[in-house]
Amino acid sequence: MNTLLEKVRALLGADAVLDPGAAGVAPRIAPPTLEAVALLLRTATEEGWKVRVEGSGSWQPADTPADLALTTRRLDQVEAIEPQDLVATAQAGVGWDRLRQQLAERSVWVAIDPPGLAGRTLGSIVACGTAGPLRQGLGPVRDHLLGVSAITGDGRVVSSGGRVVKNVAGYDLTRLQAGGFGAFGVIVRVHLRLHALPRADQTLVLEGPREELSRAADDVRESGLLPAAMELLSPALARRAGWALAVRCAGSVAQVEAEEAILRTTAGGRFAPLAPEETHAFWQRAGEALTVRPVTLRLGGLPDATDDLLDMLQHQLGDEWISASPALGAIRWSGEAPADRLRRLRKALAAREVPLTLERAPWELRRTVGHFGAYKEGVGPLVAGLRHTFDPAGTLVVPVAAGE
Amino acid sequence: MERAGQDALAVARTDSLVVALEAIVGARHIRRTTPERVTYAMDGLPTHRSVPGLVVLPGARDEVIAVIRVLAQRGVPFVPRGAGTGLSGGALAAPDAVLLVLTRLNRILTIDPVNRRAVVEPGVVNVRLSAAAAPYGLHYAPDPSSQTACTIGGNVAENAGGPHCLKYGVTSNHIQALEVVLADGRVVELGSPGGEPWGPDLVGLFVGSEGNFGVATRITVRLTPTPRAVRTLLADFTALRAAGAAVSAIIASGVVPAALEMMDRSCINAVEDSVYAAGYPRDAAAVLLVELDGTAETAVETDAHAVAALLRERGARAVRTAADPKERERLWQGRKKAFGAMGRLSRDLVVQDAVVPRSTLPDVLEAISAIAARHRLVVSNVFHAGDGNLHPNISFDATDLDLKARVEIASAEIMDACIAAGGTITGEHGVGLDKLRYMPLVFDADALAAMRAVRRVFDPEERVNPGKVVPVHACREWRQAVRA
Repeated sequence: MNTLLEKVRALLGADAVLDPGAAGVAPRIAPPTLEAVALLLRTATEEGWKVRVEGSGSWQPADTPADLALTTRRLDQVEAIEPQDLVATAQAGVGWDRLRQQLAERSVWVAIDPPGLAGRTLGSIVACGTAGPLRQGLGPVRDHLLGVSAITGDGRVVSSGGRVVKNVAGYDLTRLQAGGFGAFGVIVRVHLRLHALPRADQTLVLEGPREELSRAADDVRESGLLPAAMELLSPALARRAGWALAVRCAGSVAQVEAEEAILRTTAGGRFAPLAPEETHAFWQRAGEALTVRPVTLRLGGLPDATDDLLDMLQHQLGDEWISASPALGAIRWSGEAPADRLRRLRKALAAREVPLTLERAPWELRRTVGHFGAYKEGVGPLVAGLRHTFDPAGTLVVPVAAGE
Repeated sequence: MERAGQDALAVARTDSLVVALEAIVGARHIRRTTPERVTYAMDGLPTHRSVPGLVVLPGARDEVIAVIRVLAQRGVPFVPRGAGTGLSGGALAAPDAVLLVLTRLNRILTIDPVNRRAVVEPGVVNVRLSAAAAPYGLHYAPDPSSQTACTIGGNVAENAGGPHCLKYGVTSNHIQALEVVLADGRVVELGSPGGEPWGPDLVGLFVGSEGNFGVATRITVRLTPTPRAVRTLLADFTALRAAGAAVSAIIASGVVPAALEMMDRSCINAVEDSVYAAGYPRDAAAVLLVELDGTAETAVETDAHAVAALLRERGARAVRTAADPKERERLWQGRKKAFGAMGRLSRDLVVQDAVVPRSTLPDVLEAISAIAARHRLVVSNVFHAGDGNLHPNISFDATDLDLKARVEIASAEIMDACIAAGGTITGEHGVGLDKLRYMPLVFDADALAAMRAVRRVFDPEERVNPGKVVPVHACREWRQAVRA
């Protein structure tokens, strides 16, 4: 341990050691630059050190066994915001709240609303691919990335994509990084696609039994409305007595007024608008609450299977903390989940061609069941090959490829 | 790049291979004589030409798998091809390679209106899918200009775009799952029917890989509700710079147009001289075609008024709104057929493709104009202004070798200008052969090496579409991750 710390101090300076660690607790190293990350990983590979990666430490539990923890929290610069081109570049360790605020000051935003605490880092959001309710109308995290720079497990810098909104030069390695849980390198810099802040942003909520809300969601979908978000929230997440269907309309004033008018004619006119001062808190609370319980996972099915999937979840794991986009078939669940139940659920879901992604969980559970579980036939060797390409010595501790 | 004469290794002469392939697809779906093979010597890029050694046209998924397995056993390189409308030379096969033409796999297997998705074979023509989805109030959003001919499989390979990608996204945003035959004949399923990645996003990685990772035999796409309200505006400007500024103003306003296209004077006149004449003002320096769509008529109308006001504020001489669907179609036909109309200007046309930050459009357009003047070339611009995705089109006669050389030099200078402005070398046409030489200008040796290593995970022998996308000589030495 001491040798490791001495080497790290010699390489990166004493300041880089954020926490020297203790018995059973890996030292936490915070490289101050991208080059320092590369140097550290190169050395780790040479020395055979195992590295776990974290951002602000607010999403994944810090219990992954490793020789050292590499935190990106000092890579926290918003390097460029170009509202006229609707692009921004930020280092991976920047907190989501700070990035959002700086963008809002320039009248732009990244149109995603990832779950997690306010200070969760951009790198964590990209690595875990955790989109929130806005995935319904504005797409998953990967749709908002123009490029990513990542440092491979053996310390090489690989930059993909660029800073323009359309780009097909070379293979899309950015998509590999988004949702790759850091298995293909440590994400250090992200080029983001921005949108102009919507001129109007209104959320309407309908409360009631889940089945009734599912029918209401179908009605909204059939009305032709394409809201920014339409999320079915369990009572605990919505902080209401019953389930809630929250529809977020965002865009020009005329567009939002028209969408609101359509919503008022569905579900017997029972959709109630949230007051402007309530709106932000409503969505933020729902996102933050998904980190209270030890495990968070997501399913991706077909829209018409959403009810069945919710029933399965309820049966296998309970339904206290659920956030679902019924028009997409995307469901996020949080709670307590023993490994055997997760395996059983995954098996049942696999038969329906529904992937279950373990987004956050204590290490033992992640190790046992993996972020993705078993792959379809023939895919496992591809993932293992990619993993080996970007981390040949297995320096980064990530349960992504089969057998890890 | 002329390779028609190099036939020493032509696989067409390898009788046992032909016999093996004939047993799979039938003799009438093999092209082995020179006149037959010459038909496949080019795609939509007139500066490159290569006659494939043999052309095979399988008619079903199982035939594709069997053909690829035969080629794998014999170590024969092959190139998958759709309709051959690509503009980067990506579908060209060398004389030692087999061209695998997928146009006979043209069945729409499923349309699922409830879940807004479809499953198609790779040879389905883009516009036919939208037509099939139309009765359900749905359409397939990516709409490249070649959509009446190009195939979904080709769109997947190139990550094709189109005018309406400004609002709806490019091909990559619309592909949910793929069945892929790898170079060794193994079949893998990537993604899931609902679109959630099953593991790392290998669908996202595959889309735009230009055939290097294998052959997609089944493609699950997302269908998009057809907008109920649409307004199409035509604004004309007396200065390119003012048109460019208007683009930025619209984007900054928060209104997201479905499409925002620009055509310059040369393009306008080519269209107006053709059968596709759309009534564009011939004396304008540029026109902008702006389309807004949505669910509600009132909202789209209001937003269209706001955009029209912005256009006038930014110097539009006139803003015309299409009065009815027929006029809308006419305005769009001029835009979509502009490349065809340019055929009137000269014998050949290079449709270039690059992307720049939107705010640099006016400067880059001026730079392109200066490059054209310096090399005494006719360049017409028609492009996706809202995305900053330029298409400078160079009209020339490829039989004039001096002229052809000037076209190549000018193309390189245009790429340099776009990269210098912070842009990239292709937004929707792909690298293929044409852009190979520019890859080191936008990616360093480590990034290129990583790309090559990724390709070798899918195709360790680099037999599928060899020599495309990644310039091998520019890759840094990279530990290979080749797995048996």
